[in-house]
Order: sequence, then structure tokens, then C-alpha cells
Amino acid sequence: MIRAEGIFKSFDHNEVLKGIDFTFEASKTNLIIGKSGAGKTVLLKILVGLFQPTTGKIWYDDKDFFQLNKAELLKIRMQVGMLFQGNALFDSMTVEENIRFPMDMFTRMTEGEKRKRVDYCLERVSMEGINNKFPSEISGGMQKRVGIARAIVLKPKYLFADEPNSGLDPKTAITIDALLTDITDENKITTIINTHDMNSVMEIGDNICLLHLGKLAWQGNKDEVLESDNEILQDFIFASPFLQKLKSRALSNGGGSL
Amino acid sequence: MYYKETIRQMYDIGVGSLMIIVVVSLFIGAVTAVQFTYQLQGTAIPSYYIGYIVRDMMIIELAVTFSCIILTGKVGSNIASEIGGMRQKEHIDAMEIMGVNTASFLVLPKLLAALLMIPLLVSVAAVVSIGGGYFASTYSGNYSHEEFVEGLRSFFIPWNVMIMYIKAFTFAYILTSIACYQGYFVKGGSIELGQASTRAVVYGIICILIADYIIAVLLTG
Repeated sequence: MIRAEGIFKSFDHNEVLKGIDFTFEASKTNLIIGKSGAGKTVLLKILVGLFQPTTGKIWYDDKDFFQLNKAELLKIRMQVGMLFQGNALFDSMTVEENIRFPMDMFTRMTEGEKRKRVDYCLERVSMEGINNKFPSEISGGMQKRVGIARAIVLKPKYLFADEPNSGLDPKTAITIDALLTDITDENKITTIINTHDMNSVMEIGDNICLLHLGKLAWQGNKDEVLESDNEILQDFIFASPFLQKLKSRALSNGGGSL
Repeated sequence: MYYKETIRQMYDIGVGSLMIIVVVSLFIGAVTAVQFTYQLQGTAIPSYYIGYIVRDMMIIELAVTFSCIILTGKVGSNIASEIGGMRQKEHIDAMEIMGVNTASFLVLPKLLAALLMIPLLVSVAAVVSIGGGYFASTYSGNYSHEEFVEGLRSFFIPWNVMIMYIKAFTFAYILTSIACYQGYFVKGGSIELGQASTRAVVYGIICILIADYIIAVLLTG
């Protein structure tokens, strides 16, 4: 479980987050959603420790993240996996070297064990046999999968994903979502995904945090989204004319399902 | 990982810069010889002094300073762009989240590689530039092989070679650390990355010239 407690964050005089309190639950796919500029990425970067909040605390289970000493921090870091929006795969390394990187840096595993783990992780994301390719030689969707493989290589307890579906076609995006939820369920990890993809919200949102202008505007799960009368949520979910049309059709049919 | 990265950087800096250093050094030596030949005409200075002048000019000043200025342009801008690009593509964030000490992982191998390879490149530059001076002097017919070699063997002070290496290590440290700093703290997009790369070169060259003067005053003044 990860808990954000009274998080405020300002850049110069621009207050981006204005008091966020939210609990990201273990063994669930937690989503941070909201319009561009709502503060999603800033919150995610605070959760992983890339930004320090102006005030407020982040709790990893019972540990105050920003009060940890160096050794405790490294221990937590080794339990964190992250998938970046741009994948952040190292260009000068092959796919295998990218996935091995955390093991090379922090473990004393033998070459054989590392190779076995790399093969398992690649198999887990259905990317067997691309070990020796460079990131520039594979597609965006494949890079996402390799990014996931690298994120899970040290068997993380906490998995973060920043806009995992950006730049992907809807079908690949659904596959990536399914992969992230499967990994979450299999390993009972706390997964936090920053997204504005409606498919993700409706398919994998076990615990959703809606940000609006730096504040928590709504919280709930995917089953509660359509039932909610929160205007900001409805505005966000039914932003596209196509979905608005579907919604008005459903309402004209007596409020039945879409 | 540090070892592998250091070897990669050594290859990039050393082998990657060898050709340009050889070409530039050859011409610097040749031009120095030609111009000193012109200045020595009609003077009472013995003709074999040309070898002595070329040797000491190259060893004490031109081989090391020219090489390091060129390396600031080539290696310095490359380092700033590489680290800056990693910052912009979130590679540095990815490493930090993994718990990697990024300043150490990204800077140390580059610094070590530069401290090892740049003095070697400067040694090559010194030899090649003296060779350039020799060819320009003897093939033009202004001096004989014997005159040039006699000059090369005259008044040799081993301490001058030490000065060359002191300068090489100092300049290598300056150009690498400035480039790493500019790349590591880059913010914004491609325009800022270009500006950081330019700053790495401009500040690097200015600092090298200041350090050159200070070393000259301290060690030969």
C-alpha cells in the first residue's frame, strides 16, 4: 500500500498539487486520471521520489518515504519498478542488457540466473527471442513490453506506469493494460498507473483517483464511474462527442446501459 | 557495469578522436616549422634551432592545448548531448528510481576514461606534430635531416614533458566535468540541449585557456 498524505507541490509560484490525500491499495490496479495539466505526472513523480513535495508525506506501507535513510531508501528502490511514458530504454544497450541492468547493478546473481530471469521476463511479456535487438530496432508497442519486462525483473512490490498506452493503437493498448493487471494479480503488487485512456479507466480501474486542477476531484472504482454524478468525472469520461452521443442515446433509452 | 561503461567511454574518447588529433597535430607542427623558418631568416640563430623550437613548442604548449581545445569541441559536446539526451528521455529518472547513483554512474566512467585517454592522445599529438614539423622543414629544403634532429636533441628538459602531462590531466578534467555538468542539469527540449552542448564547449575552452595560463605561470614562470 502507498499513501499520499496532504501533498502540496509548487514550482516557483505555480501550485500544481493542492493537498492530495489518497491511498493506493495493494494487489490492485490503482489509476491516477485527469486532464492534461491536472498534476498526474507530478503526483506520480512524487510517489516514486523523483520530486519532493512542498509539504506532505508519502507512506510506503508504514515507512515515511522522505524520512528514510540511504540504506532503507535503496531497499525500497529495489522494490519499485517503473514503466515510463517514453519507455526510457537505454539506446546503447540491447534488449537483454536493458532488462539485466537492475540485476547487474544490485544483485549478485550468476550469469545463468540472470539469463534465466531475462528469458522469463521476456516470455512473460510475449517478447521471446528479441534479446539481442536494440530498442531502435523494435516497435513502440514492443518497447513498452520490454519496459514492463525491465520493470518487473527484480520482482517489485510496487509497480508504476506513466501513460503506458500513449502512442499505441487501441488493440495494443488493451494488451498492455491486460498485461499490467495480470502482473498485478499474479504478484499481489501495488500498481499505480497514470493515464487518461478511457479504455483503461473502464477496464482496469480497481481504485481510481481523479485529479482536477491539482485537487482530488473524485475517487472510486471502474464500476462506480458510470453511476457517479460527479460533474468533473462525467465531463472527463464523456469528453469525446462519440461518447456523449452514446450517453445521450442511453439516457433517451431510459437510462439503460451504454 | 562501471567497468564496461568506462571501457566504452575510453574507446569513444580515445579511438574515436585519434584521427582528428593526428590530422590537426600534423598540420600544427608543419605550420609552426614553416613560420619559424620565416622568422629565423636573416638572424644569427643557428639553423638547427628549428628542431628545438618545434619540439618545445609542441610539448609545452601547442600539442596539449590545441588537442584539448579540439577534444572540448568533439568529446565535450558529445558528453553534454549524451547526458542531456538521457535526462530528456527520462533515462536518468529511470536509473534514479532503480536506486542507481546517477551522478556517479554517468560521470565517473567518462571522467576516468578522459583522464586515461586524453594524456595518451596528447602524447600522440606531440609526436605527430613534431613529425609534421620535421617533414615541413626537411621536404621544403630549408633544413637538412641532420639539422632538425640535432635541434630535437638539444637542450632537452624532461620537466617539459611533465608539464605537458600536468596540462593534459588538468584539461581532461576540466572539459569532462564541465560537459557532464551542462548535460546533467539540462532542462527543456532540443533547443536547450543544443545550448547546453554549446555552453559545454565555450566554457570548456575558456576554462582550459585560463588553466593553461595559470599552469604556465606556476610551472615555467
